[in-house]
Amino acid sequence: MTHLPNALALQRNALWEPLGLASLVMPALLLIVITMLLPVCWLFYLSVLSDAGSFSLEHYQRMWEQPSYGRTFLTTFRVSLLTTGICILLGYPLAYFLSELPKRAANLCMVAVLLPLWTSLLVRTYAWLVLLQRRGLINNWGIELGLWDEPLALVHNLAGTLIGMVHVMLPFLVLPLYSAMRAIDRNYLRAAANLGASPLRSFWLVFFPLALPGLSAGVLIVFILCLGFYVTPAVLGGGKVIMVSSRIANDIEIFFNWGAASALGVVLLVLTALLILGTARLTRLGNIVPSGEQP
Amino acid sequence: MARNSSLPITIAQVTKTYGKVFALDHVDLHIQSGEFLTLLGPSGSGKTTLLTVLAGFTRPDGGSLKFGDTEMITVPPHKRDVGMVFQNYALFPHMTVAGNVAFPLKLRGIVGAESARRVERALEMVRLGGYGARGVDQLSGGQRQRVALARAMVFEPRIMLMDEPLSALDKQLREHMQIELRQLHEQLGMTTVYVTHDQREALTMSDRIAVINGGRIMQLDTPRAIYERPANRFVAEFIGESTFLPVTVAQGRLSLAGQNLLTADPLPASGQHLLMLRPERLRVLADGEDPGAGFNLLQGTLVATVYQGDSSLLQVALADGAKVQVRSASIGTGLAAPTEPGHALRLALAVHDTVLLPPDGAPA
Repeated sequence: MTHLPNALALQRNALWEPLGLASLVMPALLLIVITMLLPVCWLFYLSVLSDAGSFSLEHYQRMWEQPSYGRTFLTTFRVSLLTTGICILLGYPLAYFLSELPKRAANLCMVAVLLPLWTSLLVRTYAWLVLLQRRGLINNWGIELGLWDEPLALVHNLAGTLIGMVHVMLPFLVLPLYSAMRAIDRNYLRAAANLGASPLRSFWLVFFPLALPGLSAGVLIVFILCLGFYVTPAVLGGGKVIMVSSRIANDIEIFFNWGAASALGVVLLVLTALLILGTARLTRLGNIVPSGEQP
Repeated sequence: MARNSSLPITIAQVTKTYGKVFALDHVDLHIQSGEFLTLLGPSGSGKTTLLTVLAGFTRPDGGSLKFGDTEMITVPPHKRDVGMVFQNYALFPHMTVAGNVAFPLKLRGIVGAESARRVERALEMVRLGGYGARGVDQLSGGQRQRVALARAMVFEPRIMLMDEPLSALDKQLREHMQIELRQLHEQLGMTTVYVTHDQREALTMSDRIAVINGGRIMQLDTPRAIYERPANRFVAEFIGESTFLPVTVAQGRLSLAGQNLLTADPLPASGQHLLMLRPERLRVLADGEDPGAGFNLLQGTLVATVYQGDSSLLQVALADGAKVQVRSASIGTGLAAPTEPGHALRLALAVHDTVLLPPDGAPA
C-alpha cells in the first residue's frame, strides 16, 4: 500500500478537500450564529427571568392563564391559514398559466409578479390603506358605479388584513410553484392523455402530484412568513386583528416587559418549528423526487 | 393477451403547415389492419408530425383520418384508444412500475385483482415479471423501454404508435429489442406505426416502409422493394450506400462510358437518367473469369482501397473517369482484387441490380 508513489500526498489531498468545502459555508454559518442563534438563546434566557431578575416561569404561566393570549395565537394561525389559502387559490392558476407561456413571455410576466417586492412594505401597506378606506378609491368607484350603496368596511378589520397580506405573500407562493411546474416534462401529460386521461384527470393524477413539491415549498414559506408578520396586520387590521407580533411589540414598547415579549417569541418559535416538522413528515418534503428528472 | 382485433388506418389529404412551411403536404396513406408500417425519414421530414396527428397531439390544418370506418381527426387524444411508446418513454416518475402500467386500466375502471393480473401479465410479456414494485428511477434504459411498451399495450389497443422507441438504447440492446418488438407484434397483431430515422431498423422490422421527406411520402413499399427499386435518388441515398452515374438512354439502349448495359426493367423514355450502383452489388472479377449471362461488365482502374473490417471498400475509376464504390468481402486474404492503385479491374453487375432512377431535379 504505502509503496505506491505519491500515496501520502494523495491522502493529504483527500483530507483537505472536504475542509476546503466546509470553509465555504463558514461566513454564512458565523453570521447565523451571531445574528440568529445567540439572540434566540438570549431571548429564551430573558423569558425565564422574573421582573426581579431571578429564575421563574411566571411569563409562561400568565400566558397559560390569561385567555387573551390563547385568542392571539388563534388569530395568528387563523389569519396565516386564510392568507395561505387565498394565495393558493390565486397563485396556482397564475403559476400554471406562466408555466405554459413561452420562456420570454413568462420571464416578463414573472417580473410583473415580483414587482411588488421591489417596493417598500410600508409604502405598499399605506397604499392599501388609501385605496380601501371608507372614502377611498375603491369605495368611491363601487358606489359611483352602483355596485354597492354604503361604503364597505374594507380596512381596519380582517378583510383589510387579508387583502394586504395576500398581496405581499403571493410572489413567495408563485415563485417556487412556477419553477416546479416549469420543470414538468409536458410529455407526461401527453402520455396521460394517450392512455385515456381526460384533461381533468390528467391534471389530478399526473400534473398535481409532480408540482406538489413546489406547492409545499411555497405554502410553507408563506405560512411561516405570515405567522411572524407585523406591519400589515398592525396597519390594516386597525387594532382589531391582534397577531402575536403586535402583542410582542406592545409588550416592549408600552409595558417595557422584555420577559413577557420573549416568552411570546419562544412559544411562537416552538409552535412554528413543530408545524414545519409535522408538514415535512406529512408530505415527505425531503423525499419527493424532483419532477422532470427522467433522462 | 388474446390476439385482439386490429384496425386499418386511412389518412387522406392530411396537411399541416407552420407558417409557410409544409410539415405535412397533403399526405395520403392507407395502413392495413395488423400491418407493421414504418415512417422513415430524416429529422424535420414530417414523420413525427404525422405520428402525433395519429395520436391527436397535433391538430392538422385539414384532412381526414379514419381508424377503421370512424373519422378520428377531431377526436381528442384521450378518446382515441391508441397505445403509444414515447421517444423518452414518458414514464410517470411519481409512480412505481406497476402504477405506470396500471394507469390506463385505472382510467378504464379496471381496478383490484383484475388490474393486478393484467399488469403482471403485461410485465411478463416484456420479461419484467416481478418488477412491479420498483421505482421508475431504479430501472435501466432498456427496462424503462419495456415498461413503456407494457403500459402502451396493457389496455389492448388496436393501434400502436411508436416514436423512435429504441433511439436512446445502445446498439446491441437496440438490435435485440428490434427482434423482440417484431415478435411481440406478431403475437398481438395490432396495427403498428413506427417512426425512425434509422434505415436498418426500418428494413429489419417493417412490413412496409413509407419514406418521408419534406412532408411528403416519397415511396411506400416493402423493405426489399425500397432497397432494390428505390423510386428516386432521395430514397436511394437515404437507404443504403450508392453511387449515382448520369447515363443516357437513346434508341432503346442504355449506355455508360460507351458500353451498352442491360436492365431487368423496361427502359424508360430516351434522355438523361441516373444509374444507381450499390457498392455490395458490384463484384470484382478474377483475371479471365467469365461471369456468364445476366451480368453487365464494367472496366475500370483501382484508385484506393479502404479496409473496414468485415469488408473493404474499393474506389474504382471507370473508363470515362467516373468513380464508383465497390464493396468487397474480406474472406481470409482472398480479396479477388489486388490492392495496389492503378491496377486494371473488371466489375460484374447483375442485370437485376442495374437500376435506373429519374434524373436529378425531376418531380418525385
